[in-house]
Amino acid sequence: MANDLFNSFMTGPDEKGRFGDFGGRFVSETLMPLILSLEEEYEKAKTDEDFWAEMNDLWTHYVGRPSPLYYANRLTEHLGGAKIYLKRDELNHTGAHKINNVLGQIILARRMGKTRIIAETGAGQHGVATATVCAKFGLKCVVYMGAHDVERQAPNVFRMRLLGAEVIAVTSGRGTLKDAMNDALRDWVTNVHDTFYCIGTVAGPHPYPAMVRDFQSIIGKEVREQLQEQEGEGRLPDTLIAAIGGGSNAMGLFFPFLDDPSVNIIGVEAGGKGVNAKMEHCASLTGGRPGVLHGNRTYLLQDDDGQILEGFSISAGLDYPGIGPEHSWLHEIGRAQYVAITDKEALEAFQLSCALEGIIPALEPSHALAHVMKIAPTLPADHIIVMNMCGRGDKDIFTVAKHLGVEINTGG
Amino acid sequence: MTRIDAKFAALNAEGRKAFVAYVMAGDPDYATSLDVLKGLPGAGVDIIEMGLPFTDPMADGPTIQLAGQRALEAGQTLQKTLDMATEFRKTDNITPIVMMGYYNPIYNRGVEKFLVDAKAAGIDGLIVVDLPPEEDEELCIPAQKAGLNFIRLATPTTDDKRLPKVLQNTSGFVYYVSITGITGSAAAEAGDVAPEVARIKAKTDLPVIVGFGIRTPDAAQSIASVADGCVVGSAIVDEIAAGKPVAEVLAFVKGLADGAHRT
Repeated sequence: MANDLFNSFMTGPDEKGRFGDFGGRFVSETLMPLILSLEEEYEKAKTDEDFWAEMNDLWTHYVGRPSPLYYANRLTEHLGGAKIYLKRDELNHTGAHKINNVLGQIILARRMGKTRIIAETGAGQHGVATATVCAKFGLKCVVYMGAHDVERQAPNVFRMRLLGAEVIAVTSGRGTLKDAMNDALRDWVTNVHDTFYCIGTVAGPHPYPAMVRDFQSIIGKEVREQLQEQEGEGRLPDTLIAAIGGGSNAMGLFFPFLDDPSVNIIGVEAGGKGVNAKMEHCASLTGGRPGVLHGNRTYLLQDDDGQILEGFSISAGLDYPGIGPEHSWLHEIGRAQYVAITDKEALEAFQLSCALEGIIPALEPSHALAHVMKIAPTLPADHIIVMNMCGRGDKDIFTVAKHLGVEINTGG
Repeated sequence: MTRIDAKFAALNAEGRKAFVAYVMAGDPDYATSLDVLKGLPGAGVDIIEMGLPFTDPMADGPTIQLAGQRALEAGQTLQKTLDMATEFRKTDNITPIVMMGYYNPIYNRGVEKFLVDAKAAGIDGLIVVDLPPEEDEELCIPAQKAGLNFIRLATPTTDDKRLPKVLQNTSGFVYYVSITGITGSAAAEAGDVAPEVARIKAKTDLPVIVGFGIRTPDAAQSIASVADGCVVGSAIVDEIAAGKPVAEVLAFVKGLADGAHRT
């Protein structure tokens, strides 16, 4: 890209909610006034010290931030190349990065006088985080979850119900995460007066992609400080790696480094059984093309007629046929690189993390770790990789056991 | 002047209300759907809304969602939907056809190519649910330039401040969505709708047609009486979903049309 265009990669989106050609506000008229008022409220909150004071207080005392930046010495030694750091967002309350964003949106919802919160969830991590914060604030919470996911993520469904949320098993369409999002939007359009839609990733109509990114950016901001504490003043990471479904943990890690040209940025999509013609994957950037869904223009898995296809991945959290619009933009301008990792590679990484570091990762960051395993050996010892360990793997042990051919007796 | 404009001029001259019927193109299959489509004008339908199936119809209730799924499973595409309009036009060059759907299949085809093809197929107007005025440059403005009407939805959440923006690039007619919700939901009361229609008509000369939640001839009559006409969709699609023969579906439509025209 030309140097004279290099003002900043951090100024987006524009007033129309666009990152280049991506993003926007592709919603029905009924919702349009709602997202405009959300945007207005968010713009106010962004520069309101009270808002951030409340966020910081809860991040510290409720979530447990900052999460550690951990030098993974045995992984580093084993791979024999670059120095590997893990950003430990799996240690957050509720076990993933999702709560960073949920707190922000729920505080906003309270400021807007909304009393009912709805959310969509795939693996259940965003649903659990939303149910958690709603319980803490005494808000009514309704979570839409694909019927298939309700079945395969039973522990998270029970968690949400314990936390007082109503979990609705979505059977419309094919009963997957995208259908859960459709049904959440249908709920929102029906209950506009008291309801706030808490979206779990950097997608949806403007201002959601920017707002969720801003809330998740705490990840990258902390990394910036923590790495200097450990590696000396001014030291930046050389490579950032994060897994991408919708892309919120990745945006949170990447965003504060977009204007540091020396920082190499890599997003890892779910390659499923391989990015092939049979579409047995969820790699929207690697295997999809631009389209419009769920309020934004972005890369989507779709057929020749513009009908949306289902994704396929071992990880329910990456099982979405789209990706946040800012990632589509970063992909097109070349500021970030996007790769795909297969189920098999992710499973190997999952086991390596358990064996060498004593960390049971979620299947989502296992994809990121699999890419670390690929590139770390090719890099010199003074090259620093920071990978976002965005969730813990407790929820995934049944899936992993099944794939490893191990039977777990869950009966009492 | 499009067929839509001509139709309203004619209705106006006769002092009649417009009855608009929605069917999903290709539901339950291409041939049956085309038969229904061809029979609609004879059943008293003034304007046809032809649904373009999409996998993710986020503003629609279960009835229209399932209709779209049936159509897609039967092999319906955007091209076949245009083909249906072309077939229809061979025997009817008066009844306006409004294509109603979501943006992605159109965007995927390419806006310019789509507009040329839609015009050639005899489509008169577009209702694209996920294109609010904020995204007018995508399709609305190019469509008007291509000689197609772009019909906008106004809703109970469209307040007075926002209304001029919604009306600005609207043509053909204004579709007032009588409730906050999805298609096939509970009906609005004529008493609640009347002031809303008046509010819109104070700001535009375009006809105002009311839809969502109208299922019976009586409801069609009472809603049409406080507007320039009404739309029925899910109730008709339910008849098709029940596997009724085309003649029975059309008889049901005629009942609704007669209701709307009684006013």
